[in-house]
Amino acid sequence: MSTYQNTFSRLNRAALIPFFVIGDPTYAVCLDLVKAALDSGADILELGIPFSDPIADGPTIQKADIRALAAGITPAMALRFVREITEYKPVPIGLLVYYNLVVQYGTERFFKDFKEAGGASVLVADLSIDDADEIVPAVEAVGLQTVFMVTPNTPGPRIKAIVEKTTGFIYTVSLLGTTGERSSLSDSIRPLIARIRKHTDKPICVGFGISSPEHAQQVASAGADGVIIGSRIVKFIEENLDQPQRTQDRIAHFISEVRAALEQTGRIEQKR
Amino acid sequence: MKHKGRYGPYGGFYVPEVLIPALEEIEAAFERFKNDPEFYEELGALYADYAGRPTPLYYARRFSETVGFAVYIKREDLLHGGAHKINNTLGQGLLARYMGKTKLIAETGAGQHGLATAIVGALFGMQTKVFMGCTDVQRQNVNVHKMRLMGAEVIPVEGGTGTLKDAINDALRYWTAHVSDTFYLFGTAGGPHPYPSVVRYFQEPIGRETRRQCLDKIGRLPDLVAACVGGGSNAIGIFSGFLDDPQVQLIGVEGGGKGLDTRQHCATLAKGSVGILHGSRTYLLQDENGQIHETECISAGLDYPGVGPEHSYLKDTGRAKYVAVTDEEVLDVFDLFCKTEGIIPALESSHALAWIYRQKGRLSQDTLAVVNLSGRGDKDIGIVEQHRPLGEGLL
Ligand SMILES: Cc1ncc(COP(=O)(O)O)c(C=O)c1O
Repeated sequence: MSTYQNTFSRLNRAALIPFFVIGDPTYAVCLDLVKAALDSGADILELGIPFSDPIADGPTIQKADIRALAAGITPAMALRFVREITEYKPVPIGLLVYYNLVVQYGTERFFKDFKEAGGASVLVADLSIDDADEIVPAVEAVGLQTVFMVTPNTPGPRIKAIVEKTTGFIYTVSLLGTTGERSSLSDSIRPLIARIRKHTDKPICVGFGISSPEHAQQVASAGADGVIIGSRIVKFIEENLDQPQRTQDRIAHFISEVRAALEQTGRIEQKR
Repeated sequence: MKHKGRYGPYGGFYVPEVLIPALEEIEAAFERFKNDPEFYEELGALYADYAGRPTPLYYARRFSETVGFAVYIKREDLLHGGAHKINNTLGQGLLARYMGKTKLIAETGAGQHGLATAIVGALFGMQTKVFMGCTDVQRQNVNVHKMRLMGAEVIPVEGGTGTLKDAINDALRYWTAHVSDTFYLFGTAGGPHPYPSVVRYFQEPIGRETRRQCLDKIGRLPDLVAACVGGGSNAIGIFSGFLDDPQVQLIGVEGGGKGLDTRQHCATLAKGSVGILHGSRTYLLQDENGQIHETECISAGLDYPGVGPEHSYLKDTGRAKYVAVTDEEVLDVFDLFCKTEGIIPALESSHALAWIYRQKGRLSQDTLAVVNLSGRGDKDIGIVEQHRPLGEGLL
């Protein structure tokens, strides 16, 4: 059984998946923050390698990329970071990366090194299933899993093709747009999950715009297997740049709140 | 869309999933309408009566005498808006209208594409937003005023060096959130498929006219055709007329900035390596890890670390040659051209002129060269004055 299937089936609730840009604001501080997130209840991690031109990301994560690049983070350092985390705690790590970084590193070598670092899956932000063949052989050869996105405007036949190409989890977003906090989550999430469910029983994780325990609960009760929280977490870093300890406390507190909310939702759903 | 939009190994549509349906919609509409007689006729009338096509091919006598061979100028600078950009914005704007879209967005560097989009937005009554890097907002502020006059909203983009690359990033992000009612009117023959072929198609009249004018006026094809290359739309437009004439040398001229041995240039094809940016596999200026370089060039319209994928292909096949000239050479020839021809060339187009000037004494006197004068330089007078107080020049 794969790492993800292990994790998802062990939980009787939605998985909590925080997102960090590796090396934001620095390698050392980020390492502490990610460890704190794990200690306070994260089940899975989604980690991004900073890129100079992150077109899928909103302002919050763009700024995180800029901070991490200014701290000198390279893809090689990012892979070392993954190794340090998996040595600390063996959780599944999904990588979010822009395609040019993979290509310049060398596609086969990149996935091999990520697997050796303990990684579980890859989502290439700017590579769609139409060109998946450019990475899938290298990904599968080393035993990594693929993650692809489904968005609210993805037509049905394409959803089918996407879930077929996916071996890890389906990453879906509740609304059109880039990453970023939203004050309310769109109503489209439940029907979207239902549309995807028609085609697959693979895990479905929801991201983009989830910024409170209540949001996480809504998404979980809409049927998501995992809740990915990015910009809200990254914002804690941005808000406390000169106080790393305070950042860490706030992230730990937030994660444990979301975790408690998800456990509560999980129990309610189970009783039904 | 899988196999479409490839030029050898280059091109493609490397974009986030959310944009795929929008690109497919544009591709389908383009394939349908480009052969639609009504569309064709309407666009032809707009080109002729509104934009001012065909543009003249003009023999630049005194400039020719200075360099020692015959130089003909394709006068895209005479088009409405002052640059070749209107060819593309009329085409894509009409396409957007046929698709039933009501809102346009665009990125712009020099402001010429933004202006050409604002013009079309006004003409068709479409709400228009133009993303423009904050450095460019300052150095091309005349165009910012013009865009606003025509009712477009100009959105200054912070981040990066505040140039064209950053404007494209933010336009793509905005589009991601507004794909359902907004048409992204892309400004150059780059980006994800289908833009490189769409933009090329609407710029092809430059090449078709030039070829015919050469035959009619001079009685033969030129020996070489030179055009500046930012993203590559004016260059592919004029090159497209001569791709099947192997005796015609095609020269793309990039921004050499402070010199190719510095980092301050935007000579993507001359100095770059292959990678993926803004939806396309193409030559890029990047570091060894794949982070994209920030470029620097006197001409805002060329200041971009990528290039349209067809140019990458033409470089590899050797069909076109790509060279770079420095800011200094550009300023010299800008002044010279004003004084010998009474025409103020855009700094972008001055790159092509500068390469021609560099051939002075190197080409035989029966050489016949054509330069695509992609735009006029009124927008650049302030920049030129900063570098060259009036009166300093080659003459
Ligand atoms: C006059 C002029 N020429 C050339 C360019 C460069 O674009 P391209 O390489 O797409 O022709 C610009 C861009 O703004 C321009 O304004």
